[in-house]
Amino acid sequence: MEKIIAADNIVKSFGNKRVLDGLSFSVLKGQIFGLLGPSGAGKTTLIKILTGQLTRDLGIAEINGLDSAKLTGEDNKKFGIMMDNFGVYERLSCYENLKIFAKIYGVKNDGILNALKKVGLEDAKKTSAAKLSKGMRSRLRLARVIMTDSDILFLDEPTSGLDPATADEIHKMMLAEKEKGKTIFLTTHTMSEAEKLCDDIVMINEGKIVEHGSPKEICRRYNHKRMLKIHLSDGSDIRLAHDESSAEEVAELIKNGCAETIHTTEPNLETVFMELTGKELAI
Amino acid sequence: MKNIKAVFIKQLLDTLKNKTVFIQFLMFPVMAIIMENSIKIEEMPEHFFVKLFAVMFVGMAPLTCMSAIIAEEKEKNTLRVLMMSNVKPWQYIISIGTYIFIMCMVGTTVFAILGEYNGKELARFIPTMILGIILSEIIGAVIGIFSRNQMAATSLTIPIMMIFSFVPMLSMFNESIKKFAGIIYSQQISDLINGIGVSEVSAKNIIVIAVNFIVGIVLFALAYKKKGLE
Repeated sequence: MEKIIAADNIVKSFGNKRVLDGLSFSVLKGQIFGLLGPSGAGKTTLIKILTGQLTRDLGIAEINGLDSAKLTGEDNKKFGIMMDNFGVYERLSCYENLKIFAKIYGVKNDGILNALKKVGLEDAKKTSAAKLSKGMRSRLRLARVIMTDSDILFLDEPTSGLDPATADEIHKMMLAEKEKGKTIFLTTHTMSEAEKLCDDIVMINEGKIVEHGSPKEICRRYNHKRMLKIHLSDGSDIRLAHDESSAEEVAELIKNGCAETIHTTEPNLETVFMELTGKELAI
Repeated sequence: MKNIKAVFIKQLLDTLKNKTVFIQFLMFPVMAIIMENSIKIEEMPEHFFVKLFAVMFVGMAPLTCMSAIIAEEKEKNTLRVLMMSNVKPWQYIISIGTYIFIMCMVGTTVFAILGEYNGKELARFIPTMILGIILSEIIGAVIGIFSRNQMAATSLTIPIMMIFSFVPMLSMFNESIKKFAGIIYSQQISDLINGIGVSEVSAKNIIVIAVNFIVGIVLFALAYKKKGLE
């Protein structure tokens, strides 16, 4: 598959503090790529470097084969960026907010209404942005990005601070955009979000990559204990080794109808991250 | 052109709902209408309040609006979104500047009607107001560029606006202030407006305004070079 974003040995320091320390990865076309890390790990700095908002000290950062440090305004228009700190015009309605950018991007009125519909703000189109809840504002920012129909979307913690229902709506929308062949670069500190959405993830901590791969691959890689968790019909759970030594016992439980459910016990991304860094992701 | 148009429309929609900016365009023209029609004192120069408020309008409205709009966009991070959407800094400045200019010209029209200017008088009044508005916009843009947020912009704008807006009025009562006022453009705007039908345009008027203009442009260039628009 075609490489859309390429990062090679990216280094960035602010004063004496090295924020990004030799990050290398690539994002393929049509993927949802997740950049995971705790707050302050360097996720936003990296997204700013990749989108040309910030210069790097060392390394290579390319989007569609173009050096991100040399992106022109016209290049910028080819990808949509949603950053948490990007503002909205508070006195203007949702529709008016999008109308400004529709004019810039040459989007017709139908496109505005369609974007509002996709993010569930159709009924709030006349509501001023100042009256929107945090979740609705996030959706408005997202509508601004998807309205432009860019092939690459950079979404910086799009569900941060949102209620589960709103976050779920945004997840569905991201998956719908992926279905259309869009590439999504997502930063998050929510491991369940990454597990649910991402094809490929990079975990960073203190500016360094600590793990890279698909969520399933990573979890499997750290499945040192290899256990089976069996929920029995009497309501209790038992754990057995996930190898030949337990085969007979498992077969017996199934034969006797005692086993209600059987699960392998791979670690989730949260536990992998804790194992790698000694820190929780969602901090 | 479409970027300029988009930012212009944004500003138009936004200002209609932004009382603090909108009032700047209305305050002095409305005050001139009220005072001109309600206060008649013998020996008071003809259309005294029109001339007084026109000068204060030039020194205040374009300057405060320009700095407030830029500073708010910087604070709310909407300017960054525009820049990331391929709106060039010059396109932004032109759009905002044009919008404020048009709004100020509406006020100027009110003053011209109240002052009953016609023919030659109008040919002097309108260009004088235009020069003053543009110069104040440049100074407002410098303040907006230098300010990180609206609070910083306000604390810079108020003293500067007081100088350009009130010094021409105060110079009528104090000789020392009058000496200082001679070097600022708003005093020359005041002299030119008060001299309509009385005195010709002097070399001093033109030189002081030109020097103020050059200083404004240089300050704008330095501010832009040092801080950029964002």
